[in-house]
Amino acid sequence: MSRSTTEAGWGTRRRRARERAQEAGGVWYPRWFWPSFTVPGTVWLLLLFVLPFYAILSVAMGTVDPIFGSPVPVWNPLHWNPQAFTFVYQQTFLHGGIYQPAFVRTFVYVAVAVSLCLLIGYPVAYFISRHGGRFRGWLLLALIAPFWISYLMRMLAWVNLLQDDGLVNKALLSLHLLPTPRHWLEGQGLTVILGLAYGYIPYMILPLFAALDRIDRSLLEAARDLGASPVQTFRRVTLPLSRQAILAGTVIVMLPMFGDYYTADILSASPRTTMVGNLIDHAIGSPFVTRAAALVVFLMVLLIVPMLYYLYSTARATREAVA
Amino acid sequence: MSRPRKRRIRDWLSNPWGKPRFLAVFTLLYLLWSLLPVVIAVLFSFNSGRSRSTFQGLSFRWYWGDPNSVFHDPTLRGALSQSLKLATLTMLISVPIGVLFAIGLDRWRGRGSGSSNFLMLFSFVTPEIIMGVSLFLVFLKLLTLVHLGTTAQLLGLITFEMAYPVIIVRARLLSIGREYEEAAMDLGASPVRALRLVLLPLLLPAIFASLMIVFADSIDDFVIVRYLSAGASSQTIPIRIYSTVRGAPTPALNALASIMLFSTIVAVGTGLLTYRWLTKGERAAKDSALQSFAAQI
Repeated sequence: MSRSTTEAGWGTRRRRARERAQEAGGVWYPRWFWPSFTVPGTVWLLLLFVLPFYAILSVAMGTVDPIFGSPVPVWNPLHWNPQAFTFVYQQTFLHGGIYQPAFVRTFVYVAVAVSLCLLIGYPVAYFISRHGGRFRGWLLLALIAPFWISYLMRMLAWVNLLQDDGLVNKALLSLHLLPTPRHWLEGQGLTVILGLAYGYIPYMILPLFAALDRIDRSLLEAARDLGASPVQTFRRVTLPLSRQAILAGTVIVMLPMFGDYYTADILSASPRTTMVGNLIDHAIGSPFVTRAAALVVFLMVLLIVPMLYYLYSTARATREAVA
Repeated sequence: MSRPRKRRIRDWLSNPWGKPRFLAVFTLLYLLWSLLPVVIAVLFSFNSGRSRSTFQGLSFRWYWGDPNSVFHDPTLRGALSQSLKLATLTMLISVPIGVLFAIGLDRWRGRGSGSSNFLMLFSFVTPEIIMGVSLFLVFLKLLTLVHLGTTAQLLGLITFEMAYPVIIVRARLLSIGREYEEAAMDLGASPVRALRLVLLPLLLPAIFASLMIVFADSIDDFVIVRYLSAGASSQTIPIRIYSTVRGAPTPALNALASIMLFSTIVAVGTGLLTYRWLTKGERAAKDSALQSFAAQI
């Protein structure tokens, strides 16, 4: 009895909702209609993105089987053992720690490489957005091209060029800029930094280009009309308007650089250029898997602020684009 | 003789009335720096000698014919087919899930929509090494039903690539608005029919763009695919490049990389042309197919 009335109640309520929506000119959907579209993706991400984070914490907080050398994760957070974290922390921050040089090196390499990306990328993005003219489409295509060339292929190209008898040494020798061939691929920090800059600069240029391209020309004309010199116009109008993109580009380039290990492996393969990514990559194949997991969590903690900043800034950009 | 030419170049560079010449030269140098090494690497894949620094004449021997060529060396051929297989399957699975996700997020205004969106975007900015190592450990220790190798690689790649279709399709949904669908439903279509007959055709360009971007991106993927690989049978082209580039590789490695490059070019070219063709009537899209393509990376 009571059940049928609630059902009737549901039915009329639903009908009324539909009628109200239609009167208002809108269209009525069942409540579950749109959320159900996100179910496969959300479940997928929960299973294969969130769950792995839990797994990595459990491995980092677990122990290693003394015989087989394989990790024994501890799934219960109450029994977590922060030994690996203590180790990573001590080796990173305390004087003479074995991880310290790699961390310092990584910060230096990333800082220099990101600055290079910005110093080279900004003028290029500026020129193409302002003065591309009739070649604009082609220039843009050339800017995007590196995206579709595998990172490894681009590094392979440099290995070819930088070999001891490669074209770079040949060119420098014939111009008498070098007395003898230089071993570019034997643990040279400079090569790794240039490799990082070369590898990631397209990710810097595109956001810069998009931002510079959106700037309203009339603002620049107004600045010039009001007596600003070209340099002043750039400094007071263009640069502030592209600040967001500079920050976003910096973050998007910085994040993968911090986890990069293959650039150093391919272009130097020497302990003299070990980066944090290399530490992780070495530890993962060794009996010290807990340390690898702890290093990954550590890296995540280091990078969480820039990651959240990037999400925040893109969300704001989308809101502005909609408004 | 050289003095006036030098002055002419200097005058041309410092002409304040024309385009900023210095920036033009700078941009040109950047593009050379960015693309010339790859062009040279492709060129050396056609070398008839074994060297990757001295060009000895044109030949296809590293693609076909030589016992170490891509076609005749089983490890290289295996890497090629594994790469193509993973990229194709990733594209076919992640794009439908991503498109549904995007439609759902765009229309769902309730609680939970924000968290789903955050989850997706967070997966997009997580550095690959973090995702790769955590997936490796989860397949090793927790989801042990999945063995490392092709299945694990596929699952990992789909997780990593899913955000691309979501972002691309959402951008398109924003520009379409809801009016077309509402018109269809005013004319009596059910929500599902309106979706299928009206919204889906309007989303086709974005879906095509996502398919091609996901294909091109996953064929190039290295970190995740490597951590989830198991032995020689699941090696892909990037793994092959990584593990042999510092040995004494022959130009066959360049040939392998070039084949990967060519297939990416075909995929992206097809995507770009189809995108332009599908949005032919729309003025804004026509002017800037490339630009909107660029903005979506």
